[in-house]
Amino acid sequence: MPGVKKYDAIVIGGGHNGLTAAAYLSRAGKKVLVLERRYILGGAAVTEEIFPGFKFSVCSYVVSLMKPNVMRELMLPKFGLELLPLESTFTPLDNDYLLRTADADQTYREIARHSLRDAEAYTRFGPLMGQIGMAVRPILETIAPNPIRPSLSDLSKTKKLLDHFKTLSSEQFEYLTKLMTMSSADFLDEWFEYEPLKASMAASGIIGTFMGPRSPGSAYVMLHHYMGDIDGAFRAWGFQRGGTGAVSMAIARSAEYFGADIMTEAPVEKVIVKNGKAVGVALENGDEYKSDIVISGLDPKLSFLKMVDESDLPSDFVTDIKNFRIRGSSGKVNLALDGLPNFTCLPGDGHHLRGAISISPSYDHLEKAYDDAKYGNFSKEPYMDIILPSVLDPDMAPPGKHVMSCFVQYAPYDIKGGWNDQKREAFGDAVINTIARFAPNIKDIILHRQVLTPADLESTFGLTEGNIFHGELSLQQLFTMRPAVKWADYTTPIKNYFRCGSGTHPGGGITGSPGEMAAKKILGIWS
Amino acid sequence: MSYENQFTAHTQLKLSPFFKRTSKLNESQEWRRWSGFLAATNYELHHENEYFAIRTKAALLDITPLKKYIIEGPDSQRFLNRLVTRNISICKVGQVMYTPWCDEEGKVIDDGTVQRLSENKFRITSAEPNLNWIQHNATGMDLTVRDDSVSTAALALQGPNSRDILNEVASDSLDSLKFFWMMDTTFGDISVSISRTGYTGDLGYEIWMDPKDAIAVWDLLLDKGKSFGITPTGLQALDIARIEAGLILLDVDYVSSRHALIESRKSSPYELGLGWAVKMKKKDFIGKAALEAEVVRGPEWDFVGIEIQWHELEKHFRKAGLAPGLPSTAWRTSTPLYKGSKQVGYATSGAWSPILKRYIALAHVKSEYADEGSELMFELKVEHYRKLTPAKVVKTPFFDPERKRSCLA
Repeated sequence: MPGVKKYDAIVIGGGHNGLTAAAYLSRAGKKVLVLERRYILGGAAVTEEIFPGFKFSVCSYVVSLMKPNVMRELMLPKFGLELLPLESTFTPLDNDYLLRTADADQTYREIARHSLRDAEAYTRFGPLMGQIGMAVRPILETIAPNPIRPSLSDLSKTKKLLDHFKTLSSEQFEYLTKLMTMSSADFLDEWFEYEPLKASMAASGIIGTFMGPRSPGSAYVMLHHYMGDIDGAFRAWGFQRGGTGAVSMAIARSAEYFGADIMTEAPVEKVIVKNGKAVGVALENGDEYKSDIVISGLDPKLSFLKMVDESDLPSDFVTDIKNFRIRGSSGKVNLALDGLPNFTCLPGDGHHLRGAISISPSYDHLEKAYDDAKYGNFSKEPYMDIILPSVLDPDMAPPGKHVMSCFVQYAPYDIKGGWNDQKREAFGDAVINTIARFAPNIKDIILHRQVLTPADLESTFGLTEGNIFHGELSLQQLFTMRPAVKWADYTTPIKNYFRCGSGTHPGGGITGSPGEMAAKKILGIWS
Repeated sequence: MSYENQFTAHTQLKLSPFFKRTSKLNESQEWRRWSGFLAATNYELHHENEYFAIRTKAALLDITPLKKYIIEGPDSQRFLNRLVTRNISICKVGQVMYTPWCDEEGKVIDDGTVQRLSENKFRITSAEPNLNWIQHNATGMDLTVRDDSVSTAALALQGPNSRDILNEVASDSLDSLKFFWMMDTTFGDISVSISRTGYTGDLGYEIWMDPKDAIAVWDLLLDKGKSFGITPTGLQALDIARIEAGLILLDVDYVSSRHALIESRKSSPYELGLGWAVKMKKKDFIGKAALEAEVVRGPEWDFVGIEIQWHELEKHFRKAGLAPGLPSTAWRTSTPLYKGSKQVGYATSGAWSPILKRYIALAHVKSEYADEGSELMFELKVEHYRKLTPAKVVKTPFFDPERKRSCLA
């Protein structure tokens, strides 16, 4: 135990961003302490053996936007980062299916089975989105400027960002404008005609949001998903060997390698603020740790409305944080299986089980699922993004057995009458019934079922309202507005109190980016 | 020697209707992808014999993977004339025209041939899928567009003996069929169309048929062609022949403007050496305004043939203690071209021409350095080290035999 040692920095929360910030600060020679409430590190990027012999990426389940420089600078491959490609997206239908793979010829042929025009358009769409993503991506890699009182460096920063847009052709610029404003359904209607293709693509525009595919603004979230890259290949998703917890553990080992102290089962009660300055933290067990600065990896609500007293903050800012939208809209169902699901439309254990399985047969399926949530119910027939981690990584389950991860939308946090055990199981049943519509054997092979509602995500993982992104990725909550104007650069109204979680720019997903950029901002102030 | 049951394999790629035969004949089992099809790279372990079949005998190639579209209806001529840069209104029934087509900025989307099958019916071939572009531009016109890619199978029979073979097989004589014309005929009771076209720059024909007749046609040609040296030929040999003929290849020598991510990847017909195929006297066609402006401005790039000079090439290798290292197959790696210390272009494909005994390449060169005879420096790797060696801009086609165009009757 570090005892009464004084630290340069204390990070609240051992999620992957908190660990990333800790690793960067340690790497710069600072003495850092990470305090994690749970028995295990990783936050939402965590692997747990929920059922004996079966390992689950309990919450966050795929890696896409992990920044290449973070992987290199923190030497993550040395500490266990191993990303396997998720090579396809399989959309089962009642009498047919759509299978998109990493191979352009195969995907062309498969889409052409349904629409020759779409197959051709698809060859243009991906590269175009990638090109637009490339122009937007520098924004994700820039510490948000202050738009109200921009400094000289803020102005030159803004100019640099605008310069990237000059690389876009007029056609690409037109599409960027549309992506920023339209619904994903409307946007995709301009490109494609085959409904299951459009719905499966639109699905990436609703993940983690409280929007339907026909809600304006969803097209931007779709673009956000196109900005992911692995090894320089845009739009590639990866599965971490050992589950997403292994990503967190790799970052934790890197942080320790650079000299950080990490404590688990060490819940923080309060940030100690003296004369408007953070000076340390108090744990729930009464222990206190002193430090020059405190960094919260928690979401904006917890960081400002729980970890500090409202009286230490400007009242306008408190209002902004209270208005920050963080509605949870998704749940997670993790299954231990005795075998593989057998899809009626494409039987057997072929390549289609090696990638994502998208339950998105039509816009209406997604939109109806959203309608249920709008009025305070979970979706009777939800949208799902399913993967079978044990197909990619046999170590996740005992030989011959499998684990199945189902990201399920929608499950509103504010469900009518509140969540309880009965509702949780009913939600789980709705998920299983929906899967059974396409793979009837699922009911016979379930050995164990874990159902996580937004309420569970909040109580277990500290995600306020169960929002997986620490706040919705809607345009009014991004960049200079995340979480509030003037405080989007990882600083807060309290001196020496900083933030580094997904609720800061550039937002959610396993990116390491908020942690990295917060650390770089802090090191800049320090020097 | 029996080929039965020696090899069974599975593929996710598309198979042409000739695959039953070509898969058995392919002794190297070397395949390339062509539009999602499995296409033979070479049939023998080395492509040399196939190359010489193109130039001295007759080579038989499966070209089914070409994209084909049928455009039919009262407005089809008007439409095609708007779509492509050549003048389709002077294309007679039975005539074929090679042409590029452009976007509104005058940048090339694809290139292929337009066949006039009847007054109001055309077939257009392309390297990439073009259905969306064709349909998009046909809005409001009285015509139908049909993807003919799978509904028509095609073979190329190329080489000096190709006419003799077809005269053995076809019920009509090929003697008077002119270069870039086509005719309908029968092989026994099988109906086929034969166009005097190809991708080799030699005497040659392309045979268009119903896929159900594919195997019968293949067998017939191989049988009757045997004494004329007919040789199943793969893409490796074809690649050398098409470079000798100075014919461009999409995604190798240029990028379709529909797929170019950045402006600098796009090329106008003038920048691809296809200025001759742009008919400015036509009232209107897609890209015309932009191309007119380019003519006034002068195109920035030219597309030329270059010959890498033998004497200096040999010297470079001799210094390293080696015989001249010549490419045994056609290459497709973009290779820089310099004038002094300044890069003024890049070669996109090249080959040692076994028939010309010259090392040739096709290259994009800045217009001011692209005149015939212009001397450039070509980047060459000699035993792991980069060298510059002289290359001269020369006329294309590099190889252009009289027999390509001549008629017997």
